[in-house]
Amino acid sequence: MENSALNIVVLVKYVPDAQFDRQLSGEAHALDRSESILSELDEYALEAALALSDARGGVKGGNTVTALTVGPASASVAVKKSLQIGATQGLHVSDDALAGSDASATSLVLAAAIKSLGPVDLVITGMASTDGETSIVPAQLSARLGLPQITFASALDVAGNTVTARRDGDDFSEEIQATLPALISVTDQANDPRYPNFKGILAAKKKKITTVSLADLGISADAVGHAGSLTKVTAAAERPARTAGTLITDSGDAGIQLVDFLAAAKLI
Amino acid sequence: MSAIVVYIDQLDAPGKLSTTVSQLLTLARGAGEPVAVVAGPVSASVLAELGAQGVTRVLNSEQAELGEFLVATKADLLAQSAAAVSASAVLVENSAAGKEIAARAGVSLNAGVITDAVSVTTDGGTLVAHKSILAGSWTVEAQATSAVAVISVKAHSIEAAPAAEPTTPVVEAVEVAFSPASLGARVVSRTPRAASGRPELEDARIIVAGGRGVDGDFTPIEELADVLGAAVGASRAATDAGWISHASQVGQTGKKVSPQLYISVGISGAIQQKAGMQTSKLIVAVNKDAESPIFEIADFGIVGDLFKVLPQAVEEIKKRRA
Ligand SMILES: Cc1cc2nc3c(=O)[nH]c(=O)nc-3n(C[C@H](O)[C@H](O)[C@H](O)COP(=O)(O)OP(=O)(O)OC[C@H]3O[C@@H](n4cnc5c(N)ncnc54)[C@H](O)[C@@H]3O)c2cc1C
Ligand SMILES: Nc1ncnc2c1ncn2[C@@H]1O[C@H](COP(=O)(O)O)[C@@H](O)[C@H]1O
Repeated sequence: MENSALNIVVLVKYVPDAQFDRQLSGEAHALDRSESILSELDEYALEAALALSDARGGVKGGNTVTALTVGPASASVAVKKSLQIGATQGLHVSDDALAGSDASATSLVLAAAIKSLGPVDLVITGMASTDGETSIVPAQLSARLGLPQITFASALDVAGNTVTARRDGDDFSEEIQATLPALISVTDQANDPRYPNFKGILAAKKKKITTVSLADLGISADAVGHAGSLTKVTAAAERPARTAGTLITDSGDAGIQLVDFLAAAKLI
Repeated sequence: MSAIVVYIDQLDAPGKLSTTVSQLLTLARGAGEPVAVVAGPVSASVLAELGAQGVTRVLNSEQAELGEFLVATKADLLAQSAAAVSASAVLVENSAAGKEIAARAGVSLNAGVITDAVSVTTDGGTLVAHKSILAGSWTVEAQATSAVAVISVKAHSIEAAPAAEPTTPVVEAVEVAFSPASLGARVVSRTPRAASGRPELEDARIIVAGGRGVDGDFTPIEELADVLGAAVGASRAATDAGWISHASQVGQTGKKVSPQLYISVGISGAIQQKAGMQTSKLIVAVNKDAESPIFEIADFGIVGDLFKVLPQAVEEIKKRRA
């Protein structure tokens, strides 16, 4: 079958960098979002989209890869980085009312944003956000868009109108097929993400980022954020940081000392 | 008392309730009236187990679509059944599939969804989920603000216990109206993966994990695991190298584990590895580099060569047991 051009939306989330200490604060136990970056796991989604586009002649071949984020004004950083890596254009839903949105509110906004783009062949997401870590936004989004979902794909390919993906579970490795349009989430096994190069960084300056508000999407502010979310965090506590215990250097009997330690802890 | 639905999958391994499902039923019984929603056949033995758990109502469907497609058809069954019994809460196992079934049912029921609960308590009739977030660095309590709460619960949230009074559950057949999109993603082939014969990572009391330092040879890790009755884990460097199955990977994109003891061997302790194991009760690390970040979180650290330390420990354990 002929491989026609694809119109792909990639979801990219702006998340606090896990290399730094992450803190919850305030009455709503909200996450501090300074020191944020493009979620590492969404780079695999972007790479999957770019690989499909490249295989069909890229932009010249009529393919589009739209990087979509829902987040604060600063989240444009994630879209810009996606454009530098190779996305064609960006869409940023930015609104102060979004703060504190849970998965259900986020998926509601993502669905409206994707619908605003007109017909789309594929929505590709990361396997999990590195802050929320729920892995449920993709499933909720596909339910809202009425698209078949293939989550946790460790390999995928599109031939004609059919997407085929492999999923590696604990008990089975499965091959899944769906007809386009479809939603796919990809794992960090799916590919090796490319880095932005100098050419890409220059090219990104000419690419377009469309910023829209909730009102532009016809979503009322109380359907999202802390007010519109269907879950709330009622208490939060930081786990005491782990500290280093005993450190020994092997001088020939460390294996025996290890067994002594296990015996003292009643683990053998 | 309001109905608390527990989702039960009898498609992959029919004939028996998983330990986690028994725990969820015990939880549901403590919070309201437990109702079982079963995808697949309800065998006599399963019915007896449900009765022992005090379940009175069982809603079940054996429609072929439940097994042929991914999670979406199961979520349709769950959402329609939960609505039919006016459930106030829905409990699902916290597997990858369970979380997505919860996610989609949440959309249909307009319900708040909370995943990865390590335990569930009640506060004036409202279910409170306790979970650990941000790679185990914070613990939070969360509630749904919607009429229905959907919670996916990890194993060992509670000890499964039979009801004081066993019941004789009544099975009601449900005819699910599948949404067209639910019939979109079809399983075209399934290849079983070889079982290791060792405990599952998430269930294990002890885990011995190996990283790039094993240099292709997992034998010392496996031998120590076997004398300890432990599960074998790995860093992504080791699974990426193909030395061990990806199913053994611990970390941000692998399994999240909290055993009594995690023995980290030849693993440097990158942030993505720590994300999956730093809630372990005790951490032991063996690494030949004293500067390795894993030592910052190890209760007992050994700077040494794993190929010397591990075999010596295995011999010593065998000797003490003899
Ligand atoms: C998106 C993303 C997701 C990731 N997810 C995960 C994940 O889920 N899990 C995960 O583990 N990693 C993950 N990683 C990878 C992570 O960043 C590290 O690269 C990885 O954990 C390193 O594995 P390692 O510690 O085995 O290897 P290295 O960092 O190479 O460490 C090997 C260690 O072995 C020691 N050593 C060598 N020889 C010996 C010997 N003979 N005796 C004793 N010690 C020895 C060395 O001193 C060294 O400390 C992820 C990375 C990315 C980008
Ligand atoms: N606010 C957001 N903006 C864009 N994409 C998102 C957002 N939240 C979640 N996603 C996507 O959904 C995936 C899973 O997120 P989560 O369900 O939060 O673990 C992420 O890897 C992203 O691709």
